[in-house]
Amino acid sequence: MSIAEQPTQPQQPGGVDPGGSLPLRAWWKRPAVHTALLGAAVGYLIGHWLGVRIGGGEQQVVNGDENDLALVLGYVLATLGWLAGLGVFNDVFRQMAGRPSRGTETYATTGVARYFRFTLDHKVIGVQYLVGMIVYFCTAGLFAMAIRTELLSPTAHVFGPGAYIEIVGEHGTMMMMLMSSVVLGPFGNYLVPLMIGSKRTAFPRLSAVSFWLTPVAFIVLLSAILWGGFPTGWTGYAPLSNQATQGMDAYLVAFALMGISMILAGVNLLVTIICYRAPGMRWSRLPIFVWSMLATSFVMVLAAPVLIGGMYMTLTDRTIQTAFFIPDLGGSSFLYENLFWFFGHPEVYILALPGFGIVSEIIPVFCRRPLFGYKTAAAGMIGVALLSFFVWQHHLFDSGIDSDARPLFMLTTELISIPTGFIYLVAMGTFWRAKIRLTVPMLFCLGMYFNFLIGGISGVFLSDVAADTTAHGTFFVLAHFHYTIMGGLIFAFMAAIYYWLPKFMGIKLNQRLGKIQFWTMFIFFNSTFLPMFAIGELGQPRRVFEYASNLQTLNDWVSISAYLLGCSILIFVINFVWSTVIVREREVGNPWQSRGLEWQVSSPPPPDNFARVPIILSAPYEYGVKDAPPVADLNPPAGALAGAVAAMAAPRA
Amino acid sequence: MADAAAARVDAPQPRHGLRIFWVWLVLSVVVDVLIWFVWGPHLPPGDMSSSAASQQLDVKVLAVVAAPVMLLIYVYFGYALTFWRQRDGDEEDGPPELSGAARAQKVWISVTTVLVLGLFVFGTVQLVSPAGAGAGEGSRPAWKPNGKPLQVQVIAQQWLFTYRYPAYGGMETTQLVLPVDQPVQFNVTSLDVIHSFWAIQLGVKADAVQDVNNVAYTTPQRTGGFTVRCAELCGLWHGAMFDYGKVVSVPAFESWAKSTETKLAPDTKILPAYALTYSPNEINGLAKFFYQAGTNGAGGGLYGSNFPNQP
Repeated sequence: MSIAEQPTQPQQPGGVDPGGSLPLRAWWKRPAVHTALLGAAVGYLIGHWLGVRIGGGEQQVVNGDENDLALVLGYVLATLGWLAGLGVFNDVFRQMAGRPSRGTETYATTGVARYFRFTLDHKVIGVQYLVGMIVYFCTAGLFAMAIRTELLSPTAHVFGPGAYIEIVGEHGTMMMMLMSSVVLGPFGNYLVPLMIGSKRTAFPRLSAVSFWLTPVAFIVLLSAILWGGFPTGWTGYAPLSNQATQGMDAYLVAFALMGISMILAGVNLLVTIICYRAPGMRWSRLPIFVWSMLATSFVMVLAAPVLIGGMYMTLTDRTIQTAFFIPDLGGSSFLYENLFWFFGHPEVYILALPGFGIVSEIIPVFCRRPLFGYKTAAAGMIGVALLSFFVWQHHLFDSGIDSDARPLFMLTTELISIPTGFIYLVAMGTFWRAKIRLTVPMLFCLGMYFNFLIGGISGVFLSDVAADTTAHGTFFVLAHFHYTIMGGLIFAFMAAIYYWLPKFMGIKLNQRLGKIQFWTMFIFFNSTFLPMFAIGELGQPRRVFEYASNLQTLNDWVSISAYLLGCSILIFVINFVWSTVIVREREVGNPWQSRGLEWQVSSPPPPDNFARVPIILSAPYEYGVKDAPPVADLNPPAGALAGAVAAMAAPRA
Repeated sequence: MADAAAARVDAPQPRHGLRIFWVWLVLSVVVDVLIWFVWGPHLPPGDMSSSAASQQLDVKVLAVVAAPVMLLIYVYFGYALTFWRQRDGDEEDGPPELSGAARAQKVWISVTTVLVLGLFVFGTVQLVSPAGAGAGEGSRPAWKPNGKPLQVQVIAQQWLFTYRYPAYGGMETTQLVLPVDQPVQFNVTSLDVIHSFWAIQLGVKADAVQDVNNVAYTTPQRTGGFTVRCAELCGLWHGAMFDYGKVVSVPAFESWAKSTETKLAPDTKILPAYALTYSPNEINGLAKFFYQAGTNGAGGGLYGSNFPNQP
């Protein structure tokens, strides 16, 4: 793609007439969260009524006294009502009526209110996602505290079995489902255009919708508690999912909504990265974080549809008597397992890849050295993304799959550890003779490397079928994935927040609290999850409320550590709120002395990112290179762009 | 300024690589010896059966390979954080890309590939040699033991395991008893949702799926007790779905089996015929057996009358 000439005005997605002004009515008359809630309520009532009309007379509804169809239609129409109330469809209807579209929120509006609206500014969407993800993370964390409280004793019980199993399901689903876009949402949406020299993303409406689906999924998932929760955990295996009561519908709808959110977010970033790079931003100069966003988006777009298919089929099994997963009627529970894990394994790489991108992006800044093996790192991310689709049956080694398939999936699973290992190669090479600055973001990156190594190596143990026989379905697996996802991704997420929040908000986060948070989080995280490897191998399966009494000491150690880990997250929340709302200490410019393109504009960035589309002159990792050119020319002289474009090969007609 | 920076880049460096290598080598040898000889015999799942012993060997080998890899990363990071920190007041950047970068990457990629492929070959061999390593192999197992193993059917339901012995009239017991030193074939199936039969100390785990016969093999090597737990979330009382089995000597097993067969004969008469899978909806009189034989949901009376006892 080429830009024939410099756009004279900030680009207004949606085709707004640049001459006209947007008439601004009173805040409560413009679509925002309050109108969305109204729309959701109306939608739910209509959907529920429709479901009762259609299915109310059915035998199983009358006998069982619960109408799944009404609930599901209620949720679906509530989602549509929510989006309509936000004004998502307003421009669509205007264009259908032949009237000029209003472009929804333009970049010119300021103030806090825009964060509660459907807006097309990728930076606003990024901050909305950030706050949303922190809220979901903390809510799911509270459920985890409840789980650990129950596991303090193998015989004395705090919750009944039904309450316990729904708490386990809520914790797991909220973390794995709602947090799929934990990095791509806030940091991908915010930073990718800034890093590639673009003023906007390709499909801002899609990314805005992808964000606004997440509060709906959150509320729908929490509403499962009203119906007694769902008994399947986050994996939702059939036929237990068919046996379950109405809470299961909430899980299925929430997960399907998040699947749609993932596809939309992924498509937007994929097209943005491929098509909206500034002139001179060759693939070999693309920041490694953008490579990780590319790989993640690719995996999201390909894996999420299979998830939505599986969820949808379970929903039809539960409502309109299809028989996809009911063996007595000719279906197969194996089908669900395969559909779920065909998504489920790429899902964990959707979670892990952005973490790799973040740490690889941050360490050159605090080592003052170029990123070692940049091409290997990028190839590793693409390799992980591709291979992630070929390993899913390692979740099913003991399930009765064809026994010849097991060495095959053992091979692919062990092979995927090769590109995963590249991040350590890159880190070690970057650290060689470097000048390491132990800032808070760097501490979190180091924590990520330490934790992810334990998580990754335990994955090699799980990939060996024989060793997996004892470890599958136990706390060993729990420790493995908490080390990779929480120890890896969440530590990287914290690093990203401490590193980029000055850019997003122009505000410094308190560094002393940050260091306290890091050390408490690191120590208590390891103290919580390291014993779980032993607990699992010694015979405690997952999702149980009773266990062998000789494991009580270990479980108590884990529970106390978990409470302290929760306190360290509390320190983070306090720091975040204290620094951004109460103290608001200004941070302008480039506090980390980074060469990244996003740091060459003001903090926070101007509404249209760059006054003029920059021309990229070099890669962002040229630390220590003699006479390295600046990363970009932010004020190319008039006509320079035409010259650069003229020098490029003519696009095919 | 540029000359000073260049001088710093070319300044004589201590042999960092060699130092790291020696620390790593010594630590790796010590840790590997400790793992193999000291920790090895005590690694889970123990050696009560052939499959458990083979898994124990697997874990030992994996640990001995993994430890040097982890130590390399940690020693290197520790060295970097000790010697390569930026001193106060130093505002210079570090050196740019140094020579040897391409070679280091090629070495890393080759070594990791060889290691991974080696582990794959080892893992596959371990699957074949003790006949499937105790994992559920599906209904057409690729690796079977020699001879005729004792058939034991494991029937999982919410929330109880029962065991049928076709060689003893198809009797269905609630306790698993096995003879020592004889190969056993577990035929695992479920009546309702997905469960998982995990005989912990025997190193056997096979998912119980309805309408599927999931086969797993093992040969118990020592007498003693073992725990059976359900390892796949199966609903409300999943956490309470466990029981205790025994491995006994061959004569003790024969006498137990024959006396139990006689004792349970009236119950066996009303049971459906032994088959590799069952469809509960098509079995008549199942409820009668359930109450008559006195088997009960795993919830028992533990939680009081408020909580459901039956699925």
